[in-house]
Amino acid sequence: MSCTVSMTVNGKTVSREVEERTLLVTFLREHLGLTGTHVGCDTSQCGACVVHVDGRSVKSCTTLAVQANGTAVTTIEGLAAADGTLHPMQAAFREHHGLQCGFCTPGMVMSAVDLVRENPNPTEAEIREGLEGNICRCTGYHNIVKAVKAGADAMAGAQATPVAAE
Amino acid sequence: MYAFTYQRPTTLADAATAIQAEEAKLLGGGQTLLPTLKQRLARPTDLIDLGAIPELKGIRETDGGLEIGAFTRHAEVAHSDLVKRVIPALASLAEGIGDRQVRNMGTMGGSIANADPSADYPSAVVALKGTVTTDRRSIAGDDFFTGMFETALEPGEIVKSVRFARPDKAAYAKFRNPASRYAIVGVFVAKFGAEVRVAVTGAAGSVFRATAFETALAADFRAEALNGLSVEADGLNADIHASADYRAHLVAVMAKRAVEAAG
Repeated sequence: MSCTVSMTVNGKTVSREVEERTLLVTFLREHLGLTGTHVGCDTSQCGACVVHVDGRSVKSCTTLAVQANGTAVTTIEGLAAADGTLHPMQAAFREHHGLQCGFCTPGMVMSAVDLVRENPNPTEAEIREGLEGNICRCTGYHNIVKAVKAGADAMAGAQATPVAAE
Repeated sequence: MYAFTYQRPTTLADAATAIQAEEAKLLGGGQTLLPTLKQRLARPTDLIDLGAIPELKGIRETDGGLEIGAFTRHAEVAHSDLVKRVIPALASLAEGIGDRQVRNMGTMGGSIANADPSADYPSAVVALKGTVTTDRRSIAGDDFFTGMFETALEPGEIVKSVRFARPDKAAYAKFRNPASRYAIVGVFVAKFGAEVRVAVTGAAGSVFRATAFETALAADFRAEALNGLSVEADGLNADIHASADYRAHLVAVMAKRAVEAAG
């Protein structure tokens, strides 16, 4: 029981024959080799697998690849510019040490970019609410929240607010 | 996940035919069904994806309120200018379901057909005099939820849309589980002229109306009118998150908060 799945992933059209039960995250990691999208749990709770489907953040471990047929998918590999310049949100995570072990980071960044798309100037409370679907097992939330705020400012073209004592 | 055959019909009629297959399951946004399949807790032969059926989508203003297609995602309800204008409490409820990623996929029809005892939408369907329209008939919101994960839907019956009446005032107050964000107790209060409806989710096996609260609020629509009133703890849910007594206490607290929020 297999089917053909076609979609745009990070700007490139891809088409593969997959089993119908293939999850989108499996499709990305195992069929396309895009291992930046992580699997942190088996229970749809951790958010390490968040990608954008037609611009909206979803858990790729809780989406079938066939459900994404015909859509445009962006993964963490698709955020940076072609010349390797980091997306402002990625740069903010690096600058503000918004990661410890880094495992949750791809999902955090993808969720943050979607959050800022909808709310360009989020408050700290809104950032924390917006990241509820992402779990950091290192519990490094404090700097993640700072990074998202700085990333939002950078995405808006404003100067990033100075952050002390990280 | 066990193997299944995936189908994506483009009309309601085709979906109604496809769901007749033995052990077929309807797929909305999949935010409950896919985790269930991943755990191998269900083994459908066919998954019928309802995502390509135009009849199931969209939010329309009706004479008395709103009609929302079954395949409308929580995020669409939460962000809809129409919903915010006509029944802002419903938009606010939708914005509090799960997390962003769940709201971007999960659908209203999926939520009510699943009838999780802790889901948020059932309280709105009951409090806002909802009517569930299926491919076969209309079901009053008061009759739709029949038990824990049980509804009045017959096998293979497909939810098309839900109608909500526009209240004069309404609000939903939820005491949520901080990990799952499901309602430990959620109370939806809606005022229609002299009539008040109070629907409680999370507390029992299925959504129910707190009729004593309704009577008190119909006479005096202020939080203070609920002083001294409580619901019976007997028969309420008890688990590691909250005892039945605590849930009973929360029902009154959340009802008061909802009344205050409704203004």
